[in-house]
Amino acid sequence: MDFNLSEDIEFLRSNVRKFVKEEVEPLAMKIEEDNEIPKEIVEASKDMGLFSLSIPEEYGGLGLDMVGKCAIYEELGKTHNGFTTLIGAHTGIGTVGIVELGTEEQKQKYLPKMATGEYIGAFALTEPSAGSNAANLKTTAVKKGDKYILNGSKHYITNAVDGQVFTVMAVTDPDKGAKGITSFIVEKDFPGFQLGSVEEKMGLRGSHSAELFFEDMEVPEENVLGEVNRGYVNALKILANGRAGLAARNLGSCEKLLEHCLEYANERQQFGKPIIEIQAVQHMLSEMTMLIETLRSLTYRVAWMTDQGKRVVKEAAIAKLYGSEVYNKVADLAVQIHGGIGYMKDYPIERYFRDARITKIYEGTSEIQRNIIANELVRETRK
Amino acid sequence: MNIYVLMKKTFDTEEKIQINGGVIEDEGAEYIINPYDEYAIEEAIKIRDEHGGEVTVVTVGDEESEKQLRTALAMGADKAVLINTEEDLEEGDQYTTVRVLEAYFADQEVDIILAGNVAIDEASGQVGPRLADRLDIPYVTTITELNIDGDTVNIVRDVEGDEEKIETSLPLLVTCQQGLNEPRYPSLPGIMKAKKKPLEELEIDDLDLDEDDVEAKTETVKVFLPPEKEAGKVLEGETDEQVKELVSLLKSEAKVL
Repeated sequence: MDFNLSEDIEFLRSNVRKFVKEEVEPLAMKIEEDNEIPKEIVEASKDMGLFSLSIPEEYGGLGLDMVGKCAIYEELGKTHNGFTTLIGAHTGIGTVGIVELGTEEQKQKYLPKMATGEYIGAFALTEPSAGSNAANLKTTAVKKGDKYILNGSKHYITNAVDGQVFTVMAVTDPDKGAKGITSFIVEKDFPGFQLGSVEEKMGLRGSHSAELFFEDMEVPEENVLGEVNRGYVNALKILANGRAGLAARNLGSCEKLLEHCLEYANERQQFGKPIIEIQAVQHMLSEMTMLIETLRSLTYRVAWMTDQGKRVVKEAAIAKLYGSEVYNKVADLAVQIHGGIGYMKDYPIERYFRDARITKIYEGTSEIQRNIIANELVRETRK
Repeated sequence: MNIYVLMKKTFDTEEKIQINGGVIEDEGAEYIINPYDEYAIEEAIKIRDEHGGEVTVVTVGDEESEKQLRTALAMGADKAVLINTEEDLEEGDQYTTVRVLEAYFADQEVDIILAGNVAIDEASGQVGPRLADRLDIPYVTTITELNIDGDTVNIVRDVEGDEEKIETSLPLLVTCQQGLNEPRYPSLPGIMKAKKKPLEELEIDDLDLDEDDVEAKTETVKVFLPPEKEAGKVLEGETDEQVKELVSLLKSEAKVL
């Protein structure tokens, strides 16, 4: 058993760490205030190759395995989560569909530009009537000649504003429920595509999610992603693929919070000594460390299992669920250790506290993860 | 063009220096490319991109130096050379390094050599100029601007905050000062490509040198940390009294007046 990352991955990771620390972190407060990720950071991230994480080498990407991706996601988690989400939604659910399900032609057409960040990817499943009940979609796709005509709307779509390429799920056979959904590659320039209003969120500032409207939007037949009427399964696959990465991003954020706490606890004096000498504070730091280390072990084990080609449905759901619970718990403890200043906007801790909350909701709620885990248990015992 | 960069690995600027038994503790220390050498690497890549040719980064170091060489390759250098002296040399000084590099460059066709102005560890700033002297080529230190036109080279150098403009010619050695450029980050695709770039490892045997040829000319007598900074003094009382006391302290204690 070897818990070390390969030298190559460590090398990639140390360079991402340096980039995040020197280029992104100093502007984190600015991102929060302006609700905008500065162009120079986005451009530098493109130069750095961050948009190419999940794309195979033959299409201009890094061709990393899941362990490698997680190591980089962990570093990206150590700064403003709005930035992390821009990159993560693109490299995760935004591109994985095309990588995993695309035809050679689709891959050639989209992936090289997505690897450079010229095209930013997004994933459009959620609708007002279809959240956790993903099969209850109302957006329809009707075949007309060599095109599909899409009508309907999506909401809460991460990267919608900057996105160029969307993986969109729509109903192609209304009588078949979950088995009548198809996934499409939609470009924002397709006639009939309209960007709706940008949603105001509790956190993840700088990462813009918005509504999408499709009005008789024409999608060429060659943009069907995967098989017709297999869109529901495709969507679940794409979401499942991203779970270890989400856990890794949360791991990074937790580590950053612990770093803030240790620094603060060493400096802050109360009762005539630094608060790190107070047992109640020490116990909170121990709790954070324990949660972080268990999350680390779980995350990299799932990533390793993925790379071994093992079935990880249950483990990935556990990692996603546990990662979000750990993040929320660690953020709560971090606010507590910081006391009043932890609640103030001119200090980063409250930002992580707000940003942590969405991780229990997006890309499959905690309740859905529990369903997945239970379904796997049932499946395993019912041989 | 044959472009060479002299690179040294140094302690990460965030490392805390500790002395153990009269030597600097390097166990588990993180190393980086000497920051001034990063300017040299960046400038070398720019020269190559503008004028063509090849960038070779050379270091005199040990096995650990490979990481910094790989970083230089990931930034965009074409080749790396590690002259590994770990097993052959116990101690060395600037003379040692210059002799090793001189022997290496004896077999190379050189148009330009770029080095950092100083290394942030020992900060001697000697290796560049002394190597140029041994190779009998001109050198310019602390450069902040470099333009090559044919064999003519126009340089701006930093002279304690003032500028000096110099015209010289290739072959040439320069040492790079802050302000010359903004070194790029090694991109992730660059790092993947760097794995396939050549990294040659030599020992002093390969350069027809033996230990005696490169024996240090200096001896380090003592290594010690600067005294710890003491807490500042807050003056109290009426302003004019404070001023009087301050002036007197500056004379008697600080001895700056």
